Amino acid sequence: MQALTGAVETAEPGARPRARHAGHHLELGVETPLRLDNGQELGPFTIAYRTYGRLNADKSNAILVCHALTGDQHPLDPPDSERGGWWEYMVGPGRPLDTEHYYIICANCLGGCSGTEGPKEINRETGEPWGLTFPVITIGDMVRAQVMLLDHLGIDKLFCVIGGSMGAMQVLEFAASYPERTLAAVPIAGAARHSAQNIAFHEVGRQAIMADPDWCDGDYMSHGKVPRRGLAVARMAAHITYLSEAALHRKFGRRLQDRSELTYGFDADFQVESYLRHQGSSFVSRFDANSYLYITRAMDYFDLAAEHGGALANAFADTPVRFCVISFTSDWLFPTTESREIVHALNAAAADVSFVEIESDKGHDAFLLDEPELFAVLRGFLQGCAERRERGQ
Amino acid sequence: MSPLDASGYRRGQIRADLELIAEMIEPGSRVLDVGCGDGALLDLLAHDKNVVGRGVEISQAGVNACVARGLTAIQGDADTDLKDYPSNAFDYIVLSQTLQATRQPRVVLEHLVRIGRRAIVSFPNFGHWRVRAALLFGGMMPRSRALPDTWYETPNIHLCTIHDFRALCAELGVRVERSLALDAEGQDKRIVTPRWANLLAEHGLFLLAADIRR
Repeated sequence: MQALTGAVETAEPGARPRARHAGHHLELGVETPLRLDNGQELGPFTIAYRTYGRLNADKSNAILVCHALTGDQHPLDPPDSERGGWWEYMVGPGRPLDTEHYYIICANCLGGCSGTEGPKEINRETGEPWGLTFPVITIGDMVRAQVMLLDHLGIDKLFCVIGGSMGAMQVLEFAASYPERTLAAVPIAGAARHSAQNIAFHEVGRQAIMADPDWCDGDYMSHGKVPRRGLAVARMAAHITYLSEAALHRKFGRRLQDRSELTYGFDADFQVESYLRHQGSSFVSRFDANSYLYITRAMDYFDLAAEHGGALANAFADTPVRFCVISFTSDWLFPTTESREIVHALNAAAADVSFVEIESDKGHDAFLLDEPELFAVLRGFLQGCAERRERGQ
Repeated sequence: MSPLDASGYRRGQIRADLELIAEMIEPGSRVLDVGCGDGALLDLLAHDKNVVGRGVEISQAGVNACVARGLTAIQGDADTDLKDYPSNAFDYIVLSQTLQATRQPRVVLEHLVRIGRRAIVSFPNFGHWRVRAALLFGGMMPRSRALPDTWYETPNIHLCTIHDFRALCAELGVRVERSLALDAEGQDKRIVTPRWANLLAEHGLFLLAADIRR
């Protein structure tokens, strides 16, 4: 196994110090390092991934799931049972990504903090945590790392690559860079480039982290500190962008938190404040501040048209991939107009593209939630792809 | 309710009409159906003619229904979105019962014969004798089985007669390869003379091609 792919796998959690998560930890780029967009080379590096279901004999039922900014390799059944998997509605027996039929692969993205090589992990050369010495990575680098994983798993062609938000960026990058390696692509609530407004929101988050004295210029691990306040504020600001005004109003309105009247102070009088504070503090316990910097940067840098001479349609010239682009009506972070631009480019490339906008008031987060119409559409799309493949169309 | 409505296809769209359209399409060809509704024609073509079809539909509910049944469809508007498609991208492009509801039928028609090697277009014929009689004797905007809506509710903003349509085709250098005169149920009335078709057909169905390929 090792000699051919240059990969070393540690299947059992606990076998290595960094294998804290259930699932697999694989060492890639041992012989040929990953060439990053910034010009540096990375390797060997670890990729942490999970699989669900069984790969069929002709290896034609594999689906790669790409997670969003703060996701991980556990869309279903994570090792820490407190939280459910982030895509439990989508992945599992009888779910649209049915683990009875499909072989689901999900890897923690490069730069992440759930076991894949990122700023929190130990740099093999120095024996110290990478911290800010970790190279600035891109969506393209993440996808190339995933393709190395597919090579290791012996999967030449996926049935589908799917993901929401930053996952959708990876889906688009994958389809553009490796069109022969997937039958179908489903970018959900995504965009072909990060908008100025979204870069602005990310910058607020990064500045909050870097303004926290406990960030220690990125070296908080060796100081035994965690920039909790900064990371919590970053999460609070970001969380607002994942919801919609309608959803916030429905959930909280102007209701007060455990009190009958205003306190005339700066305690969390309102339920929405209390909720955001909780979102911030619970996030800190599961996410690494430097990872947040690196991954938001990767999203900011994403501009698929710029990678292809300024015309998005060039990214998909003669693509054989079948696309299903999905957006949500109340998503203002990755609004429908962004998805429509992808669709226009795919049309200009005469690509096989379906485009569905789902009615929802839950904002950007809708892609993670129970949205029956989303599931109906996705089932139909995947079923149609399978039937057409059988008919040889 | 007529049994035709049971197909689930949208109002004004008739099953027999779709079958006649399907007959015009060679097996295994690439088809773009503009105004595809919930995908009845695309479904028919996929299963009976091994056709790789795509749909464009203005209503999101229609698009979602198409995709949920395994068809390829996008939400879009014939007036604004056809310009994105490259020339000769499809063997056939179908615009069924939609031309009269577009803002710029002439531009739409030009796009149709550009994008498709052949275009199939159907529309209600405003030259039908009942329409003429209703206006002449009733003095009010005609309503018929082919044109069921009141003037203030109809989506049809650019109605035309079969003669009008042929004149536009001639002006644009579009060749009429076949034309059928249909009754209100979408059955072929087997009228060959254009003059009689313009008087007796409730719908016109045309197979078109651009005279000079661009």
